[in-house]
Amino acid sequence: MQFMLLFSRQGKLRLQKWYVSLSDREKKKITREIVQTVLARKPKMCSFLEWRDLKIVYKRYATLYFCCAIEDQENELITLEIIHRYVELLDKYFGSVCELDIIFNFEKAYFILDEFLLGGEVQETSKKNILKAIEQADLLQEISYSTSLLC
Amino acid sequence: MPAVSKGDGMRGLAVFISDIRNCKSKEAEIKRINKELANIRSKFKGDKALDGYSKKKYVCKLLFIFLLGHDIDFGHMEAVNLLSSNRYTEKQIGYLFISVLVNSNSELIRLINNAIKNDLASRNPTFMGLALHCIANVGSREMAEAFAGEIPKILVAGDTMDSVKQSAALCLLRLYRTSPDLVPMGDWTSRVVHLLNDQHLGVVTAATSLITTLAQKNPEEFKTSVSLAVSRLSRIVTSASTDLQDYTYYFVPAPWLSVKLLRLLQCYPPPEDPAVRGRLTECLETILNKAQEPPKSKKVQHSNAKNAVLFEAISLIIHHDSEPNLLVRACNQLGQFLQHRETNLRYLALESMCTLASSEFSHEAVKTHIETVINALKTERDVSVRQRAVDLLYAMCDRSNAQQIVAEMLSYLETADYSIREEIVLKVAILAEKYAVDYTWYVDTILNLIRIAGDYVSEEVWYRVIQIVINRDDVQGYAAKTVFEALQAPACHENLVKVGGYILGEFGNLIAGDPRSSPLIQFNLLHSKFHLCSVPTRALLLSTYIKFVNLFPEVKTTIQDVLRSDSQLKNADVELQQRAVEYLRLSTVASTDILATVLEEMPPFPERESSILAKLKKKKGPNTVTDLEEAKRERSADVNGGPEPAPASAASTPSPSADLLGLGAAPPAPSGPPPSSGGLLVDVFSDSPSAVAPLAPGSEDNFARFVCKNNGVLFENQLLQIGLKSEFRQNLGRMFIFYGNKTSTQFLNFTPTLICSDDLQTNLSLQTKPVDPTVDGGAQVQQIVNIECVCDFTEAPVLNIQFRYGGTFQNVSVKLPITLNKFFQPTEMASQDFFQRWKQLSSPQQEVQNIFKAKHPMDTEITKAKIIGFGSALLEDVDPNPANFVGAGIIHTKTTQIGCLLRLEPNLQAQMYRLTLRTSKETVSQRLCELLSEQF
Repeated sequence: MQFMLLFSRQGKLRLQKWYVSLSDREKKKITREIVQTVLARKPKMCSFLEWRDLKIVYKRYATLYFCCAIEDQENELITLEIIHRYVELLDKYFGSVCELDIIFNFEKAYFILDEFLLGGEVQETSKKNILKAIEQADLLQEISYSTSLLC
Repeated sequence: MPAVSKGDGMRGLAVFISDIRNCKSKEAEIKRINKELANIRSKFKGDKALDGYSKKKYVCKLLFIFLLGHDIDFGHMEAVNLLSSNRYTEKQIGYLFISVLVNSNSELIRLINNAIKNDLASRNPTFMGLALHCIANVGSREMAEAFAGEIPKILVAGDTMDSVKQSAALCLLRLYRTSPDLVPMGDWTSRVVHLLNDQHLGVVTAATSLITTLAQKNPEEFKTSVSLAVSRLSRIVTSASTDLQDYTYYFVPAPWLSVKLLRLLQCYPPPEDPAVRGRLTECLETILNKAQEPPKSKKVQHSNAKNAVLFEAISLIIHHDSEPNLLVRACNQLGQFLQHRETNLRYLALESMCTLASSEFSHEAVKTHIETVINALKTERDVSVRQRAVDLLYAMCDRSNAQQIVAEMLSYLETADYSIREEIVLKVAILAEKYAVDYTWYVDTILNLIRIAGDYVSEEVWYRVIQIVINRDDVQGYAAKTVFEALQAPACHENLVKVGGYILGEFGNLIAGDPRSSPLIQFNLLHSKFHLCSVPTRALLLSTYIKFVNLFPEVKTTIQDVLRSDSQLKNADVELQQRAVEYLRLSTVASTDILATVLEEMPPFPERESSILAKLKKKKGPNTVTDLEEAKRERSADVNGGPEPAPASAASTPSPSADLLGLGAAPPAPSGPPPSSGGLLVDVFSDSPSAVAPLAPGSEDNFARFVCKNNGVLFENQLLQIGLKSEFRQNLGRMFIFYGNKTSTQFLNFTPTLICSDDLQTNLSLQTKPVDPTVDGGAQVQQIVNIECVCDFTEAPVLNIQFRYGGTFQNVSVKLPITLNKFFQPTEMASQDFFQRWKQLSSPQQEVQNIFKAKHPMDTEITKAKIIGFGSALLEDVDPNPANFVGAGIIHTKTTQIGCLLRLEPNLQAQMYRLTLRTSKETVSQRLCELLSEQF
């Protein structure tokens, strides 16, 4: 996978993850193009489209579009399920996730994504294992703060 | 569940985000952000040392502002400070900031790398995880330099935690993608392969991605992964849906891992070991069988995951292309999907079937679905699906169904989306030509194309129809009659006028016997369109008229009157005026014999690759079409009986004037028509040069200078300077060509063209876009050439530049320094390894030696620099004689990698060198030796 974008129906970018090195300018240009293209598509259309020499796989969940760019030989359907599993992870962590959770806790959304995908490849698919890692981190936070209060 | 507010709820951050969300306008948002930035800046600069929590909060705010799309130019240092915090949460935010906002500030990279190094050494798995994530997210070359040696050790160490192993595997993958040369292969590779057997499915999942990528480049080294992958896959597909616990996804066992294993197997041919092969066939059959079972869940996730595995299995079956039984089953399965109610599945089935169509085992099976595919073209509501249907029709087309498919595509063209019309036009034109039994059908089809989608018919298409009509005398009369009839329409497309003008100018005599198309009627018909046409078309028509003077003496005076009229002789356009004057003069002074010689019928065009095929390849990228075309050619060769067009190869720079009739790719054969700016039949009087200029003086020397370097000035005269900047990685490269106008006058019709011989075109693929035809005085224009080395090559492409300066035509050719050694990756090795490999490459074909006189002073340091510039590693302390130089490297081509060793022995007394090259391929040894010998 080359990158993943989350954006709202109004075209506001909520999360961006790049697995290839690009300049900020190039990233902004790509984002603009993709947001426009995907928002222009009608509901019943297929979830895949060719874009430059990549394939875009996208799916809408409530107010948010999740959108992945993959290379030619990568598997479209499994990418669609990568998106779904990520949504499930967010949902489980935040407790029925909505767009606002991702806005206010964007850093958490990034941390969860890093446990799931790394370098554009699936690292771990077990929901249990991923959430365990995140919970452990949350626990570490509490411990470190409570100790700091004592000092 | 850990609630969001738990742990580190950063109140200030939440307030700030709310403020931003409450902003009513963009201006208000910017104002609020600027206020916040000022606040953070003052906090960072203030005298009071910030505590970790505040630092974290402010860094997080900066990150948020950046993610909103604003530039952030400070805070990096504070983020780096957070990295060395002992508090997990601060460290984590620091790493996140670095991952998102990294820039290659070298000072910072050093500090970041230091922090990462400490965390990797901490043996705290959580910290190690953060550090590895950061490396994987940034993936820069500097990080590869610092950690590419360390990570393999972490990956295969016995005591590494599973989660750290997972991160390490993918981290290494990212580094290998950015800097493959920095990841050393070694003992660890065999241990990585055995991770396929790991108990932890998460570890296997991560490791499979790494192994796949490494195996693509080093197939030999990872060969053992095949049998391990097959047995793992077999265990997964035969497991009950609950066996794998949390790795089962909606009743599908480990779908992600299955897909990855099937991808890995696509790096290799079918397994040789019959047991492994049998087991794999069983797996694939099981996957195909499961597709027929009733679904275990109604959820779309279940069917998606199941079908993801199925499609990947089909890809593997197609890749192996060896089991007719599996291929036909795959085809039937896809046939079912073609009518599925899910758009996604229809899309994928069309796409996948396209590759099946090129297998000889399944081509016939694919053809049986023609009606469904045609129906998809008519009824699908999504343009991307229709596009797939067009592609599939194109792929399944052969002589038996060409007429039907071309007719369907033509009728689809009337309503097709604008975005895909040009491609459909090209496809129709290619199919019509390739499968024409009867060339009248071909002519009708192309004229229909022009009628339906004239605006999308590119130059190449109408050039091609003319080439074909000229080369086949059985169709000339029909073509003349058909264009004559088509031109009767009150409004016809300008492309039709061009084709009509050209064909009547050549073959109008074949229909002149019919009083309904007498010479005068033909002339009047064409001339009635004249005034509505653009300058190039009018120029072409003037040439038709002078041809008429030769063909039909009875209309000579009428035509002379037209040429003599003010609107021609005093035309504001120089080209038109010149033609009118010269043609008029020619018709007056030349005797009938001379006229007949000068204006003789065009000789047949040399058989060559269709220029439209080249164009389609360019549109779709060279690789996608080539395979299909190869397969098509093989299939059609026996049916056609006749000779097929020359082998497929990528096109060089297209440019409407230089590439007329597709001749740009090779110097025009003497029998070919002289290309010119107007698309003329006869160009004897134009000053446009008909041929590419010979190489500019000094071009060879300049060329040699670029063998060991990538940047510099390639050519310079009083008018023009050509500069180069290029970069190469593995088998790919990119060259920036800068054309500088040294004068104060505009260059017009500025057309650079890349010219490759047929041989070179197959081995070296060059892609570029035309540049702006005007270059202002003192200005510089840039052209980018994307380069792919497909196979090793010897010749160099020629860059031809034509332009008009003042009143004169300029024509310059230089050799473009794209040489085989540019695709060199250096390899470091110890003395012992070097000589061991040296001995292995001892057959006479592998070694090439050259003894030559030094052309430059024999300076050790300069020689070393040149060997490094040449691209190989310079190995110190390898040769027993310290005066000698040895080097090693790998030439990367798309098809293979060729290991190269070299040894240079200077003899100071004699002022001579002996250069020895040993590589696994004779042509490579030969070429590298030639290139390097010129350097000393």
